[in-house]
Amino acid sequence: MLQKTPPGELYLSIQNLWKAFGSFLALKDISLEINEGEFICFLGPSGCGKTTLLRAIAGLDLQTKGTVMQDGKDVSNLPPSERDFGIVFQSYALFPNLTIEKNIAFGLENTGRSKSDIAVRVNELLNLVGLPDQGKKYPAQLSGGQQQRIALARAIATNPGLLLLDEPLSALDAKVRVHLRHEIKELQRKLGVTTVMVTHDQEEALAMADRIIVMNHGVIEQVGSPTEIYREPANLFVADFIGEMNQIQSQVTKGGRLSVGEKTFACLGHNFNDGMPAIAAIRPEDIIPHEAGYLDTGGNRNCIDVTLDEMEFLGSFWRCRLSNERFGSSELIADFSINAVRRLELEEGRTMVIELPENRLMAFDVPETAA
Amino acid sequence: MSEISINPGTLPAGPDIKPKLSRDDILMRGSMIVIALYLVATLVLPLYTMLSKSFSTYRMELSQYEFQVSDDAGQFDGTILSGDALNEQIGAFSGTELSTGSDGRLSVTELFPDFSFRSPVMYQIRNTSDTGRFLVGSTLQDNTDWVTLDSNQFRRVQLRPVQSRGLENFVNYFSTPALFNSIKNSLWISVISTIVTVTLAFWFAYALNRSCMRFKGVFRLIAMAPILVPSLLPGIALVYLFGNQGMIKELLFGASIYGPIGIVIGSVFFTFPHAFLIISTALAISDARLYEAAVSLRSTPWRTFWTVTVPGARYGLISAAFVVFNLVITDFGLPKVIGGQFNVLAVDIYKQVIGQQNFEMGAVVSVVLVIPAILAFAIDRMVQSKQVALLSARSVPYQPTPNRKADRFFLVYCCLIGLFIVGLLAVCQFAALIKFWPYDLSLSLKNYDFNKMDGGGWGSYINSIKLALLTAVIGTSVVFFGAYLVEKSNGFRTGRSIFQMFAMLPMAIPGMVLGLSYIFFFNSPSNPLNGIYGTMAILVICTVTHFYTVSHLTAVTALKQMDREFESVSSSLKQPTMKLFARVTVPVCLPAVLDISIYLFVNAMTTVSAVVFLYSPKTTLASIAVLNMDDAGDIAPAAAMGMMIFYTNATARIIHLIASKGILKRTQGWRSR
Repeated sequence: MLQKTPPGELYLSIQNLWKAFGSFLALKDISLEINEGEFICFLGPSGCGKTTLLRAIAGLDLQTKGTVMQDGKDVSNLPPSERDFGIVFQSYALFPNLTIEKNIAFGLENTGRSKSDIAVRVNELLNLVGLPDQGKKYPAQLSGGQQQRIALARAIATNPGLLLLDEPLSALDAKVRVHLRHEIKELQRKLGVTTVMVTHDQEEALAMADRIIVMNHGVIEQVGSPTEIYREPANLFVADFIGEMNQIQSQVTKGGRLSVGEKTFACLGHNFNDGMPAIAAIRPEDIIPHEAGYLDTGGNRNCIDVTLDEMEFLGSFWRCRLSNERFGSSELIADFSINAVRRLELEEGRTMVIELPENRLMAFDVPETAA
Repeated sequence: MSEISINPGTLPAGPDIKPKLSRDDILMRGSMIVIALYLVATLVLPLYTMLSKSFSTYRMELSQYEFQVSDDAGQFDGTILSGDALNEQIGAFSGTELSTGSDGRLSVTELFPDFSFRSPVMYQIRNTSDTGRFLVGSTLQDNTDWVTLDSNQFRRVQLRPVQSRGLENFVNYFSTPALFNSIKNSLWISVISTIVTVTLAFWFAYALNRSCMRFKGVFRLIAMAPILVPSLLPGIALVYLFGNQGMIKELLFGASIYGPIGIVIGSVFFTFPHAFLIISTALAISDARLYEAAVSLRSTPWRTFWTVTVPGARYGLISAAFVVFNLVITDFGLPKVIGGQFNVLAVDIYKQVIGQQNFEMGAVVSVVLVIPAILAFAIDRMVQSKQVALLSARSVPYQPTPNRKADRFFLVYCCLIGLFIVGLLAVCQFAALIKFWPYDLSLSLKNYDFNKMDGGGWGSYINSIKLALLTAVIGTSVVFFGAYLVEKSNGFRTGRSIFQMFAMLPMAIPGMVLGLSYIFFFNSPSNPLNGIYGTMAILVICTVTHFYTVSHLTAVTALKQMDREFESVSSSLKQPTMKLFARVTVPVCLPAVLDISIYLFVNAMTTVSAVVFLYSPKTTLASIAVLNMDDAGDIAPAAAMGMMIFYTNATARIIHLIASKGILKRTQGWRSR
């Protein structure tokens, strides 16, 4: 690998990027920095602008305004052929009439390499992606997963400084997808190539990325490591888009506590004023189960007794629906471990106590359109 | 719910990013502009020239000339006479005599009743303005200096007309019943032919797609045969069958084949394959599930036919109707051969231009003919854009079930149609091989001795082959490359949509109109491209342009099936787009490329309308030879030449088929798993 900057240093920098399609703004003032060797995922629902951002980085669809710096060089207005990247598309985009070898060699030709050098490199790449004997075949003779690996080999053949992956796994079967995402991650780690992947699959992003950029409606909602994104979502959109999240209408009372119905709870720090409405949010797996009567003994203020309305067995845990008239109409979803269910002898219709740990209970803005 | 996170920002002020064009971008845009300019020079400008010609009127402006007449001793007394005043005085010319064509000439001596070329009187003449011009012999005078001439020279002075713009030609056209009756005639035969052809073709296509009758492949081949011959060939066959000495003319009960009857029968013959292809495609994409639903709802076959079959094929039917209408109304060869005294628009253009040398009136008739042709074309495009994919991925193709009675009925029906098509061709072949119908029926090849006839002899056959090959090679390259540029280049939206428009235009322009506009445009001495007039080059250019649209659409359809990201991948790998084009695009699209080339070859062999104005004695063509030999009364040789075109095209198709199979086998191995 060509190491132009030491690992960890700034490699790709995007400043105040805008993209307009007519009057529609697909990207709004995007600024972002990506370091050498990082694996970045653009994650968001369809239409959020993640692919548009990727294509702007590649120069395939130029941004309307803003700059893109790659490896210290301003590439904002350069055509793709004058930038340094390899790209893999959802459709593989393998040339159907060329053999696998010729496909991989396509970018190696006209670069001053001799024929035998190219053959050596092609073999090396075929080994790298785990398809050493498939060189003479045509793309249509390979499975989807194999074709995508060839596309990957073709993209990294010339040792580009940046690897762009546009939903590379979306066209594949669920099993192949899980397997291949692991392989891509391994390969990226081995090569150390800075990688940007676009995906709408949160699981994929959590599993593969060093950092995730969560996007929605053309803006970046949050940037962070998978655990940060999951544990400390910056807003309700991120909280809701990634993983499951209980959302309870509440009001901020004195001391910053959240009041739900007749009950108030301590929660993580926030900057709401007293009397403002807020959404109290907690992940199902963060809810701690206790036996009935726990409240009286422990005196923990973040505890509440509930009725266990419904239990659903999901293999490694139980998903439970909990209600309490003091919560109003809100229903809580909690994931309890099989152990806890056995220990507390939980079953449908029982009453129990749950604890919403202060350091896991978050307060978010009330969405405007919810009214 | 996520609306809260929206930053309702607006685009900051300041200039947008200006893309730096890569060498490929520049190359592709440049090439696109070159091909667009080609279309401008070979289509837009000629049509514009023709249009402006139709509004050009020519008039002798006598007030532009002044004269002096000397006494017998040759002395001028200084009296200046205006041409206008002279004419008023003696009334030599009436107002209508002064309006003329672009070639109009007026002998000036008519203004001087006592003129004699032997008299010693001298004359002086000059233009009063820069626009005036007159000829002395063949020398043009266009300045305002006095020219002194003796009587003998003066009789060779001819005045030239002044051009102006106006609707006069159109007024003339519509006040001449002999001319504007053709509009009615053209519409009439087009509508009748359309109804008959579409009806016949529908049942033929229905039989081939929806019944279990036998010999479907043979019938499919027969149905396509008329495409391989010039449209005037059925006319020749009809003359032999029903003409004044026709074999079975009694069947017409005294009606004459020369006129609407002949034109309609011949039109049905040559438009049949076009209608059949379109309707057959529409019938082929049908969803069996609809028929299963109909059966399970206990619908009668008759009701199913009207509620499922016809609605499913309706876009095909409408499209076929407009295509046939367009083909008939713009066709020239057939009415020329068998139209007799029945005038139609396309023949009027020919008569005005070739017969009467009245180019302005030819242009007027062209404009009149373009209107229904463009309307039919526009409606067809609109209908086609509405045609949504009836066949979804989940559709189940319809499988006809045997029905002895219906299958036998359809077999008989198809045999009748087949007999009609094969019969007309066989009559031509028969006519070509006998010595002298109807007096000497012995077989002979003397009708093939084309060198003894008008029309250019075997040379014109060779020329046609040359034209067809050149058109196929050059046309396919230009069209496919142009379609690639328009489909796959980045940005440049306006340029690309203008290009698309140019590419669609030729379909709407009748061949006669295109040919005539070429005369106006390329034959003008001021045109730098004037040199190609009368050469093979102009024939190739005209034919490529004439058949551009269908070829372009074929190419675009094939290109649309290519992954849109190939170009992105290639440029990310820093490879020139032209390498991708040569290594991937062309090989993958090879079937379409071959289809385009055979389409151009066959049409170049059979076309008459566009090239009839453009051939020169050195570049006579086989299809034109058919026309000219027929015109000269050599009908049997005309039939012989027509059949030569048929056999050539049939051979070309067979070679194309074999070549396609061979090439596909070698280069398209990747298609099979």
